[in-house]
Amino acid sequence: MGSLKIENVKKAFGPVEVLKGINLEVTDGEFVVFVGPSGCGKSTLLRVIAGLEDSTSGRVVIDGEDVSVTPPAKRGIAMVFQTYALYPHLTVKNNMGLGLKQASTPAAEIDRRIGIASSMLSLEPYLERRPAELSGGQRQRVAIGRAVVREPKLFLFDEPLSNLDAALRVNTRLEIAQLHRRLKATMIYVTHDQVEAMTLADKIVVLNAGKIEQIGGPMQLYNSPANEFVAGFIGSPKMNFIDGARLGETANTIGVRPEHLTVDPKSGAWKGTVVHAEHLGADTNLYLDCEKAGLITVRIFGVYNAEPGATLYATPDPAKTYRFGADGKVLK
Amino acid sequence: MSTATRSLPRTIGAHAILLTYTAIALFPVILVIMNSFKSRAGIFGEPLTPPTPKTFDLIGYTTVIGQGDFIHYFQNSLVVTVASLFFVLLFGAMAAFALSEYRFRGNTLMGLYLALGIMIPIRLGTVAILQLMVASGLVNTLTALILVYTAQGLPLAVFILSEFMKQVSDDLKNAGRIDGLSEYTIFFRLVLPLVRPSMATVAVFTMIPIWNDLWFPLILAPSEETKTVTLGAQLFLGQFVTNWNAILAALSLAIMPVLILYVIFSRQLIRGITSGAVK
Repeated sequence: MGSLKIENVKKAFGPVEVLKGINLEVTDGEFVVFVGPSGCGKSTLLRVIAGLEDSTSGRVVIDGEDVSVTPPAKRGIAMVFQTYALYPHLTVKNNMGLGLKQASTPAAEIDRRIGIASSMLSLEPYLERRPAELSGGQRQRVAIGRAVVREPKLFLFDEPLSNLDAALRVNTRLEIAQLHRRLKATMIYVTHDQVEAMTLADKIVVLNAGKIEQIGGPMQLYNSPANEFVAGFIGSPKMNFIDGARLGETANTIGVRPEHLTVDPKSGAWKGTVVHAEHLGADTNLYLDCEKAGLITVRIFGVYNAEPGATLYATPDPAKTYRFGADGKVLK
Repeated sequence: MSTATRSLPRTIGAHAILLTYTAIALFPVILVIMNSFKSRAGIFGEPLTPPTPKTFDLIGYTTVIGQGDFIHYFQNSLVVTVASLFFVLLFGAMAAFALSEYRFRGNTLMGLYLALGIMIPIRLGTVAILQLMVASGLVNTLTALILVYTAQGLPLAVFILSEFMKQVSDDLKNAGRIDGLSEYTIFFRLVLPLVRPSMATVAVFTMIPIWNDLWFPLILAPSEETKTVTLGAQLFLGQFVTNWNAILAALSLAIMPVLILYVIFSRQLIRGITSGAVK
């Protein structure tokens, strides 16, 4: 009851092409996350799916039905916005019920659905309040509730956690994950935060400059990135990229994740000097300036004492080293 | 008491400047109101003193209310001002919404065209306007005045309101669209309440020149039926004799409605001016 198919969607604002031919299929019940750096077109793609922007060409198909020219309200979608976008003059209850009222749903049915949604999101004590009297986290829950009561075919989330503080972000992320498990609905979620993408998604779509770089599960993207961009975007701290020629390799670029490097004070592949050390408790990030490899990041699990200026040898795990060609694609 | 940000000489200095300015600004108004309660001899004999039991006289007010149809003039002024204000705010807000919300060819040009009226005074077109009104048979009607004042007020309204409408969150409007609200409902129910302070600002700036205008009533609607207060007050200005009591009384009365409307809008107005600066 909630499949989505995007066929060769292009979107241009004047001469600027924001989406350069997007093809994507989402099956019923999937949680799909669009990630990418800002300006990559992920929000525009979501707006095209919602019908808030018309695509320049291409088709959007929801549940086998071409909705390219259907107004947003008739597409069977619900959207949660970054800035909550609650109606300031309506109470929480009316905020949630407005869409149904516009679709002339019977009052009893509206009340029933608001009841279910508000107990699911523990909003019952606030039903008669106005948005101004709620905290940020509560407002975002109301916005999610407003989406839930519509019982849409497709949930669209546009960076819903960006305006929340760090602690609340983790809680709300958990709540969204539980919501997905309970409703088994199809959800599309836009974020620039790769942690949100990795923790929530069944399927991640990595976008860059209006094109899809790779589609896959979180672990698939982490373990076998298709190209340099995806390899650099997924994972934190970022993957180290080393010029192949400096290492005497045939590949254009060699990539090693910071967690796949080991250090030793005596011997190893790359000799380097510690530039800076970040002690996080659970792990330690070392920045090494290596003679052969340049500046690299090494992530060590647990505590590791290293003073800036000390000499260390870093050794990459050969099984987890990526080789990229001149075009940025992974070499097999 | 002296704190980091406040010192006594500075406080005194600032207040002295502000009080002096207030006195200068209020002086003519107080003079008019004061003298309107005096006899003719009182006005000329000692114009700067407040009315004493000897000089106190309500002759001005009795003349104004007795002679001439002053209540009627007031009504005309009020109808013209309120109607023009309504249309300026309605059409101004609608145009501003369209300019700030929709992308269409010539959007910027249209915005510039609509704002052009700020720079070109409408009085330059008086002759053409008069010909137009004669041709359409609208001379000596309040409709003529309302049309002209609406045109006069629109440029500034469009200019100010479109700036404020750009600040209304896109997400909110999009949420409305997804909930199936029509563009009109989004405009009237979501956007207008949020720009209310700026509407009040526009209302005050539009209202005062309309209420005080003498030019267009004199040219377009000088008949007894359609006279406005400012035009009505001219009744007492003769070529040889001027009834100062009556003029001062008429002017004092004419201040009242503007003052009342200003008080209504002022709370919103201050919010309109400071919004954006402090969130």
